[in-house]
Amino acid sequence: MIECPECAGGITTPSDVMTGEIVPCAHCGAELEVTETTPLALAAAPEVQEDWGE
Amino acid sequence: MTSQPRIAVLCSRIRVEEKLLLQELERRGVAFDRLDDSKVRFRLDEPEHIYDVVYDRSVSFGRSLYALRILEGRGVQCVNRADVVQMCGDKLATHVALVGAGVPCPRTAVAFTPAAALEALEDLGYPAVIKPVVGSWGRLIARVNDVDAAEAVLEDRAVLGSWQQQVYYLQEFVDKPGRDIRVFVVGDVPLCAIYRRSAHWITNTARGGEASACPVDGDLGAMAASAARAVGGGLLAVDLVEDRAGALSVIEVNHTMEFRNSIEPTGVDIPARMIDWVLAQAESPLGTSTTEAAT
Repeated sequence: MIECPECAGGITTPSDVMTGEIVPCAHCGAELEVTETTPLALAAAPEVQEDWGE
Repeated sequence: MTSQPRIAVLCSRIRVEEKLLLQELERRGVAFDRLDDSKVRFRLDEPEHIYDVVYDRSVSFGRSLYALRILEGRGVQCVNRADVVQMCGDKLATHVALVGAGVPCPRTAVAFTPAAALEALEDLGYPAVIKPVVGSWGRLIARVNDVDAAEAVLEDRAVLGSWQQQVYYLQEFVDKPGRDIRVFVVGDVPLCAIYRRSAHWITNTARGGEASACPVDGDLGAMAASAARAVGGGLLAVDLVEDRAGALSVIEVNHTMEFRNSIEPTGVDIPARMIDWVLAQAESPLGTSTTEAAT
């Protein structure tokens, strides 16, 4: 369990979480990016850019 | 190549797809580096490279394109190749390549000013679709049912920041039967396909379209293979639509496709087949991909 940097709500991440993965906060809806896994750290995810996609 | 190939995966945001692909490499015991496109730096005056193959899975078209250009200039085998990424990242460039290869596409016009775009839309007829040439996930794609709607959308486009928004890519609205089709292609061989169904006219799964299995044989497979060859081949997803009479046409080709919703309905281990192909490229010198060898 880690605290959401936006709303301080509790967030649980999967055991195989990777850096760069996006984790939604169930409390405030923020999209958070995993910036470190040991120890786990989250930051607000970058906004989607015009050239992003598949 | 006798020693273990040196492999890197260029990533930014880790979607479900990147996680599955990275886990597949780990499962096979393949050593690889992750290159974060927000942190990677290149010295152009020091053209060293330490990789044999770089697999691009960045969500950023711009970062992908320029990183791959640099890496290919250093002799790195890139998946997909920079030329393929440049083509697929631009709907207009893709369209020109498809038409040149005789692949059916919806009736399409291009104009560079709102006034010329309105005339082009009158020629095409309403309803029509206005699409940005660069972009994905169904963003900024607008169906316009009449000239009033077209004027409003074109006015919005004219004030958007990037110059590509002033390249007006205009297409007939294909009255499809509530679904479109995505064919996954490896090299130039169709792997599997899904229908994407939605009550909305945009059927992209990123916008809520539901995936179900689609047979990939016959004309569909052949057309997808032709489209993949037209853009240079690689790991690709070809999006097609059917009209009410069942005639197929190709809408676009995706170079870092998403497939999370397609594994279960097709029963195909898509990430495993993609990694098979990436590893096979490590055995091929630059420029002798499966596609090129077949042509």
